[in-house]
Amino acid sequence: MSTAVPLLAVEDLRTHFFTRHGIVKSVDGVSLEVRRGEVLGLVGESGCGKTVTGFSIMGLVDPPGRIVGGRILFEGEDLAGLPEERLRALRGERIAMIFQDPMMTLNPVLRIETQMTEAIRAHHPEVSQAAARRRARDALSQVGISAAEERLAAYPHQFSGGMRQRVAIAIALLNRPALLIADEPTTALDVTIQAQILYEVQKLCRESGTALIWISHDLAVVGGLADAVAVMYAGRIVEQGPVDDVLDRPLHPYTRGLIGSVPSRNRRGAPLQQIPGMAPSPLKLPEGCSFRSRCPRADADCIEMPELSAVLPGHLARCVHPHLEASP
Amino acid sequence: MTVFILRRLMQSAVVLVVMSALVFLGVFAIGNPVDILISPQADQAEIARATAALGLDKPLWEQYFVFLANALHGNLGNSFVFNEPSLTLIVQRLPATLELAFSAMVLAVVLGLPLGLYSGLRPQTALSRLIGAGSILGFSLPTFWVGIMLIMVFAVQLGWLPSTGRGATVRVLGVDLSCLTWDGIKHLVLPAINLSLSRIALVIRLAASGTREVVHMDYVKFARAKGLRPSRVILVHVLGNILIPIVTVLGLETGAVIAFSVVTETIFAWPGIGRLIISSIAVLDRPVIVAYLMMTVFLVILINLLVDILYSVLDPRVRYGEARA
Amino acid sequence: MTALTEETPGIDAGETPLRYILADFFASKLAVAGLVALGAIIFIALFAPWISPQNPYDLGALDLLDGRLPPGSAAADGGITYWLGTDDQGRDMLSAIFYGLRTSLIVGALSAGFALVIGTTLGLIAAYIGGRVETLIMRLVDLQLSFPAILVALILLALLGHGVAKIILALVVVQWAYFARTVRASALVERRKEYIEAARCLALSDARIMLHHLLPNCLPPLIVVLTVQVAHAIALEATLSFLGIGLPITEPSLGLLIANGFEYMMSGKYWISLFPGVALLVAIMSINLVGDRLRDVLNPRLQR
Repeated sequence: MSTAVPLLAVEDLRTHFFTRHGIVKSVDGVSLEVRRGEVLGLVGESGCGKTVTGFSIMGLVDPPGRIVGGRILFEGEDLAGLPEERLRALRGERIAMIFQDPMMTLNPVLRIETQMTEAIRAHHPEVSQAAARRRARDALSQVGISAAEERLAAYPHQFSGGMRQRVAIAIALLNRPALLIADEPTTALDVTIQAQILYEVQKLCRESGTALIWISHDLAVVGGLADAVAVMYAGRIVEQGPVDDVLDRPLHPYTRGLIGSVPSRNRRGAPLQQIPGMAPSPLKLPEGCSFRSRCPRADADCIEMPELSAVLPGHLARCVHPHLEASP
Repeated sequence: MTVFILRRLMQSAVVLVVMSALVFLGVFAIGNPVDILISPQADQAEIARATAALGLDKPLWEQYFVFLANALHGNLGNSFVFNEPSLTLIVQRLPATLELAFSAMVLAVVLGLPLGLYSGLRPQTALSRLIGAGSILGFSLPTFWVGIMLIMVFAVQLGWLPSTGRGATVRVLGVDLSCLTWDGIKHLVLPAINLSLSRIALVIRLAASGTREVVHMDYVKFARAKGLRPSRVILVHVLGNILIPIVTVLGLETGAVIAFSVVTETIFAWPGIGRLIISSIAVLDRPVIVAYLMMTVFLVILINLLVDILYSVLDPRVRYGEARA
Repeated sequence: MTALTEETPGIDAGETPLRYILADFFASKLAVAGLVALGAIIFIALFAPWISPQNPYDLGALDLLDGRLPPGSAAADGGITYWLGTDDQGRDMLSAIFYGLRTSLIVGALSAGFALVIGTTLGLIAAYIGGRVETLIMRLVDLQLSFPAILVALILLALLGHGVAKIILALVVVQWAYFARTVRASALVERRKEYIEAARCLALSDARIMLHHLLPNCLPPLIVVLTVQVAHAIALEATLSFLGIGLPITEPSLGLLIANGFEYMMSGKYWISLFPGVALLVAIMSINLVGDRLRDVLNPRLQR
């Protein structure tokens, strides 16, 4: 394990939304690290705060939400405290993000070329339009889009979903950022296209040394792609560690439940396991461990919120009763 | 694309014919058909002669075709009051009306768009609420009353601007335009403001609601994630998407503005077709009424057609058809 | 296994949709102000004959010598005070405005009401039956809507002449298409939903399905269009009367009062045009404020 300073270190991040109905604590104490060139999978169910975590890192949290605490250390700067102008200089240049729905990511009334060259020239105004165009064309070829020259002049609605997502990836990587945040980019796509996109992203990141945070609810995808995994529940990280460790020996009951609930061929015929109950509303988080009401191992000790601690070397869990036995 | 235009042209032609039939039936069915062609002061003998000479004893449908044939040749009868071809009268006054209508639309965009954009981007500020309330006020104000009040304040009390008439004109490409002279502009200001008020309100509301919707779209967030300057995000990404519906609505509204200029022209004694029609209705100068109706119907149909074509040109989704894999 | 008795977050049993809508509506001070003003105007309109100091359309009650008096003057025979002045016929402006508001509201409400019934019926039929009937109706609607309202009203009134009934007729013709289009659009969306399918399976008559099932769900946008149209109708009637082709001069109308006052503006007798205009403005604006707030409150897309 390298002891170099991590590329990104999020420390106790809190992002709350101040709505008419109360305070929604979407992210309530998230800490994670990403090293250069590493792929981190951020996993959790809908509403657990993983997307908001991504937005917080990018500084794209809109009112009524805002970052209320914690630090986001990136290449020596605390993103949480930076002025907007500095954040803007970093976005698209050192940190990039792609979103879930490729149909809506690209502006329907602008040509692909415009949407690509503007990303370059926003950060490098000295680059001529012609030069930017050439780089855009090469980027399109790199993500596997043929006839790149004609595609540049086209509009987004003339592309399929998978191709639009490729364009988005190309745009994100145009300026060779150090970190790419991918927010469930394959959820809205067909399974076969999913595999292609995954492959492209993996290849590109390895080639350019870009670190990747892959946000997903799909453990299988993360398992094949990531070096490390962080599991989120109700606004907090509940388990974190190298991917093989987490998937083969899940410590936290929630992680175990997640893995166990995936239908799999080895267990054909056996009833599907599920985690009982529902995730708590972020408006009314229970006291102590948020998973308490659904956990088969909960007891009086769980009244107090456990800390995220290293139960095993390099493998952290936020639980006072972690599973220490191997996964069934 | 050409198929589309051709189809719309045909539809428009059909509508025009239908409207001409309606107008014809309306005017002829209500009053004595002779009245449309001769002065009401004519005596019995003249009426009898005219009836025969103009073929008015023929069946109605035959008369309609005669009317239609005449209309296609630009002959819509002579005005009783002015004793000139009614169509000529209309065409002479059309530039004044169009100038007024056009100025009002320009004002609507220039004033309404920035205000609406601001209001949509920052909906919670006091200024936004003021703009919102102002826009409701804008389309609640009765145009004719505002015109009177404008005259009262600016012409009578303050004496800054003239209260009636059109200013000095300059002939450009065979058309008289008053907006190119200082005197002309002074005369144009009050009527144009009067006519534009409710359109400004409309543009503000369209721009504000459009902006509010677009600002939360993924593609705007993606643009920000690219690190684009806020001004570019707003002026290129947001504006580009709200302009298309605004332009289409405004285009369609132009027909309404031309029709509504009737009110403003009456109050400000602006020599356009609106003023003509009001005085013609008062004295029952039927040839002019018919000519006005046909001209306005034609203009409205033409504008609607142009807007349809414009829309399909502006929106790339319509222009370039659906997605290919 | 822990019991699934945990409370579903965020839903309050006492909060019916109606209560939620009302609470949302009253959250806007502007809308409340509009509602209050509207209430006042409706009150005035209903009770005009009883609360006016004078019946301005009873020629016997007028005194020409009292003509063109400024606001606050007393009558020559010491009877009433003309709080808002008099017009050239000696009419008390305050009373004339009360009666005028009454006419405006009646004409506006009646014409919008009739247009609502006609337009809704046609819209429902178009959406439910579909096919050629729908095409025919919607072509008519498109034709109607592509022409500016004032133009259509102008044509009709030029041909029909003066009269309250004729104005109402002209306004109905101008407005029905808005209702038809709105109702058809919502009914089309509703028609595809399963509860309509279920109703059909129960062999309910078409009329019953349309009235009892489709219609209630199309109400929200319809209510908004209704308020907007009433305001439009009032404004249009005033405009047409002002131009001289609307109500005859024997009927009270704010538009006519303003037209009357136009000629006296240059000589500084502003009150003859000013006050009726303000009354008209308040009437229209209060309706628009209420309608605007209703639109925001009833719009599902703006709910976050």
